[in-house]
Amino acid sequence: MTTVAEKRPTNAGHDGGRLPLEYTRHEGPLNILGFWIFLATDVVLFASLFATYFVLRTHVDGGPTDKELFGISGFTIETVLLLTSSFTGSLAVYAMRNGNKKRLLGWLIVTLLLGIAFVGYELHEFLDYAAEGATMQRSAFLSAFFTLVGTHGAHVTFGIIWMASIIVQIARYGIDAINARKTFIVSLYWHFLDIIWIFIFTTVYMMGVVS
Amino acid sequence: MLESLKEFAGHFFVTGEPLIYMSDVAIVVVSLAIVFTLTYLKKWKWLWKEWLTTVDHKKIGIMYLISALLMLFRGGVDALLMRTQLALPNLHFLDPQHYNEIFTTHGTIMILFMAMPFLFALFNIVVPLQIGARDVAFPYLNAISFWLFFFGALLFNLSFVIGGSPDAGWVSYPPLTELATDPGPGENFYLLSLQISGIGSIATGINFIVTILKMRAPGMTLMKMPLFSWSVLASCIIIVFAFPALTVALALLMFDRLFGTHFFTMLHGGNPMMYINLFWVWGHPEVYIAVLPAFGVISEVVATFSRKSVFGYKSMVAALMVITVINYLVWAHHFFTMGASAGVNAYFAVATMLVGIPTGVKVFNWLFTMFRGRIRLTLPMLWAIAFIPCFAIGGATGVMLAAAPADYQYHNSFFLIAHFHQTLIGGVVFGLLAGLYYWWPKMFGFILDERLGKWAFWFFNIGFYVCFMPMYALGFMGMTRRVYTYPAETGWTGLNFVSTIGAYLMGIGFLLIVAQVLYSIKYGKRDVTGDPWDGRTLEWALPSPVPHYNFARIPEVSELDAWWHMKQNGETLAAQNKKAPLEPIHMPKNTGRPFIMGVFFFIAGFGFVFNWFWMGAIGLIGVVITLIARSQERDTEYEIPAEEIRRTESALGRL
Repeated sequence: MTTVAEKRPTNAGHDGGRLPLEYTRHEGPLNILGFWIFLATDVVLFASLFATYFVLRTHVDGGPTDKELFGISGFTIETVLLLTSSFTGSLAVYAMRNGNKKRLLGWLIVTLLLGIAFVGYELHEFLDYAAEGATMQRSAFLSAFFTLVGTHGAHVTFGIIWMASIIVQIARYGIDAINARKTFIVSLYWHFLDIIWIFIFTTVYMMGVVS
Repeated sequence: MLESLKEFAGHFFVTGEPLIYMSDVAIVVVSLAIVFTLTYLKKWKWLWKEWLTTVDHKKIGIMYLISALLMLFRGGVDALLMRTQLALPNLHFLDPQHYNEIFTTHGTIMILFMAMPFLFALFNIVVPLQIGARDVAFPYLNAISFWLFFFGALLFNLSFVIGGSPDAGWVSYPPLTELATDPGPGENFYLLSLQISGIGSIATGINFIVTILKMRAPGMTLMKMPLFSWSVLASCIIIVFAFPALTVALALLMFDRLFGTHFFTMLHGGNPMMYINLFWVWGHPEVYIAVLPAFGVISEVVATFSRKSVFGYKSMVAALMVITVINYLVWAHHFFTMGASAGVNAYFAVATMLVGIPTGVKVFNWLFTMFRGRIRLTLPMLWAIAFIPCFAIGGATGVMLAAAPADYQYHNSFFLIAHFHQTLIGGVVFGLLAGLYYWWPKMFGFILDERLGKWAFWFFNIGFYVCFMPMYALGFMGMTRRVYTYPAETGWTGLNFVSTIGAYLMGIGFLLIVAQVLYSIKYGKRDVTGDPWDGRTLEWALPSPVPHYNFARIPEVSELDAWWHMKQNGETLAAQNKKAPLEPIHMPKNTGRPFIMGVFFFIAGFGFVFNWFWMGAIGLIGVVITLIARSQERDTEYEIPAEEIRRTESALGRL
């Protein structure tokens, strides 16, 4: 397990901060690369869901269409919340690079709250649709819509639990190489979900309301 | 109360079939025997400490291997039952429902619960040793992968005594598999068990890509890496980009069945072809996930037993990578009959035929490696030599199937059955068996008996051709796959009977392999040097079996076939060990959490199979708790002191 450290001994934390903290322990670069590859698998997962959605988008079976269903204010608020949370997530990593534990915790908590607000709004939106009779059992279009957007929402929910677990650890152990790695990886995840949302926002909601 | 319990049990347990009752008895007897033996020999603690909680890639590999061989037995019994049913016209050895269940479980088990763990066994055992690493990149995740596979396989196998087996073919196409046409838990077992083991497969893919890219010994550039490791890299890249499509296909069909959505239904706008596309976007790459590592094995075996470096190393690597790309672009050839336009079918036909080019390059390279080599006909080499013509014929019939207009004739006929068995047995299984014989001494420290092995080889090989060659003809004569029985007037009787004989010959071959293993445990030649085949790659530099930290000192590599060059220069690992004092090694700690996580996944899966959402929720909450516990864990490694390494190495005569 020490192979990487052995291969490049100069990188193992000796070269005066040239390497970001999250890369200094031997497992750091491994975990980060592994997580990038995991994100690639998630890209394929969402690509499959998007493809299903586009195939079934017009299969409304006499039920509500995307244009009739989507409320502009709802998805706009969700978009603002999530994009802002991505920004605050970056501020958290920036604070971590500066070794400022208080700010790191503060920005992570702001990110977390924005994430919770996003999930809350999304849930509210889904319940609204369901109250209008647009449930995922109504038509193939709605099955695909709820599954695609819901899978994204489930990812965000999982990210919230994960980030909370990391906040606890930073509060306990401060900014060390392990916590830096964890924070960096969860921020990668968070930005990735943001990118997925941009695709949902443009191709599902925007194209839905203008079609 | 008693009445309702009785009624529940009547649905819950599969009843009314003597074969199933016999299996029930067998399961209970075997389970009791295992429990009794473990208790009698006081081995429970040993089982938990040495195996269930291990994160050692070699032990995980061995557990994969044992599971794969057990599943090969189960899938093989299914095959023999089918062939018995088809041996003569109008037989009623099985009833039609039972026949449907058996061809479904045969296909699913052989591909997902036999071939995949067999591959992962070799990945795990060989790759870290071959690239000079002490473990995989993520040992903990590796253990999770195994336990997800294990509990997925357990869930799937449970279906034939509890709830009922899936019965819609290993592809599980809707709309047949929708709730309206296929009620009951059978298909749910299929969907959930594949989902659980599929998550494990994705994790394995990520794990080995990072291991190979980041953990090679110093000096081993990618173009000096052994071909088996290259083939694992290629296979894992395909896993990573193909399996998520299966995840989605299974999840959406599960939503249809559990939550009443309309992805693939015939009503309310569903589109069954969407499932079929998603399934094959994974399903075709899956073929290459399985066969590329077999190519890798053949490359190693042929080079070792021809005493030559492999011919055309660079073109071998290029061929692997080209296949890694093209394999994504051919999936629709599984359903030319869908009715896509001529343009679409023409594209997929040409793309499919293109795969033949890099594959041909590999076949010729193996032949040229053998050409003027000093060939030794050991068991691994025998299987490798048998692999080449068998796979070549399978490839040629594949090109026939790829011709879209002709495919309308072959589609879903026995011609297709013969073709893909020839690539999956003649390709994957022959390759894996070659690998099994080749690396067996490295795993267990003894060599498998040659004489029994040759008997097994000839029974299996002759049996293979006797079984599957008639099927090509039967396909041309109009016999379609999954038929339950046939009238005598079709004229299929003779060929079917011959095919059944072949299947039984293969069964005898399998039994001989089991006998060979049992015999060799006691009488097999011990491997005291660690290099019984005069090997070329780093794993043969180590003693057999390998100490748990693998390399006392990570070797320096300067050439392809690193160990061969070390031997040519009179170097050994022992000499390297003496150069400087040994240093302590950090290793990951054993942990029971991956096993517990697997149990929770199993509970969740079992709950959803029967629509018991409370049970599903308990399982999923358990999974999240194990994840949080891992996230909170900070002390995951321990140190082996230099003194202990020195003692181990000198006991092995390596210091």
